[in-house]
Amino acid sequence: MDEAALAAPGAPADEATQEARRGWYAVLAKASLAELDAVWDALAEKPDYRTLRHSETGLVMVRGRIGGTGAAFNLGEMTMTRAAIQVIDAAGNVTYTGFGYVAGRAKRHAQLVALFDALLQDPVRHGALAASVVVPLAERQAAMKAVRAAAVMASKVDFFTMVRGE
Amino acid sequence: MNALGLWAPAGTADFARLEPGFAEPVHDAQETFRAVLDGMAFPGRIKWMPASRAQPPAPLGAAAAAIALTLCDLDTPLWLDRNLAPVAAYLAFHCGAPLARAPAEARFAFVGDAAALPPLDAFALGTDEYPERSSTLVIEIGGLVTGSGVRLVGPGIREEVRLGVAGLPARFWAERSALGELFPRGLDVLLVSGVQLAALPRSTRVIL
Repeated sequence: MDEAALAAPGAPADEATQEARRGWYAVLAKASLAELDAVWDALAEKPDYRTLRHSETGLVMVRGRIGGTGAAFNLGEMTMTRAAIQVIDAAGNVTYTGFGYVAGRAKRHAQLVALFDALLQDPVRHGALAASVVVPLAERQAAMKAVRAAAVMASKVDFFTMVRGE
Repeated sequence: MNALGLWAPAGTADFARLEPGFAEPVHDAQETFRAVLDGMAFPGRIKWMPASRAQPPAPLGAAAAAIALTLCDLDTPLWLDRNLAPVAAYLAFHCGAPLARAPAEARFAFVGDAAALPPLDAFALGTDEYPERSSTLVIEIGGLVTGSGVRLVGPGIREEVRLGVAGLPARFWAERSALGELFPRGLDVLLVSGVQLAALPRSTRVIL
């Protein structure tokens, strides 16, 4: 399946939509359950929704390459939980379908990611949600990454070899 | 597969049209499994499926949908007859099962229109070494009634039971009895009608 199939129903996905969705998805998937719960509780207009796929936990194989080059190998399996949610409009029709894939076993976590994924596809809600949810979460994640990078940098050792005159 | 690991065949882009699966996946699947197990253990007895909580898209019946959601997964290629083609996306999404190209490749075959049932020997009958590698047929029929109809004898039946099946072509019974001499190869058949189920395992003999 190509990624176009993930786009908002009825609308052919263009590169920009896909890229935007990838962006918010990366932020949501890494947000903690507590963070998502807090923004969900703070959400003024909660949508009606139904569960397309209940949260289910399974294993995914994580593949990687050493140093980013060479052949990919199986690094190991990690626990993941996934869910799918359909947002319903006032007339009772399904409007947007969101998917949640998160690390770990928290069912609510996957549900919330799916919910926000569905809501962010809605052009009416997107602007407000992106500003109030995605941007703050992304900033917090970037800040934490910077702190960690700084801590790692402090312990960096440069190896070099002096020219030996022989 | 795409970046998120979602699988769906071509033409299922419209997720908004998908109906939900089981409301309580664990309990609904357990109850369905129990119903199928009981049905297979007592051929010809009618079981009611706890399928009221699954909302399958038409024309998939509630019992057929519950069986699919319970028993089908990545390892069980499905064959759907032309009548059930519209629900391929639903089954692909919730079961993750691949579609078989031919009846003989299917582990589970779902038949929505019993009148257009392919010849039974077109399905996988298993091998003498691996008789379980056969297709299990799930056939949607017009109705089930006990106490009249064909007489069933065999394991799981005290003397005989009678099972009335509406909407099944007459050639089904002839084709099925022709498979009898292949035992332990053969076909297990689940007859479903709405939320009802009756099983005809390969060990059951039918007296017309």
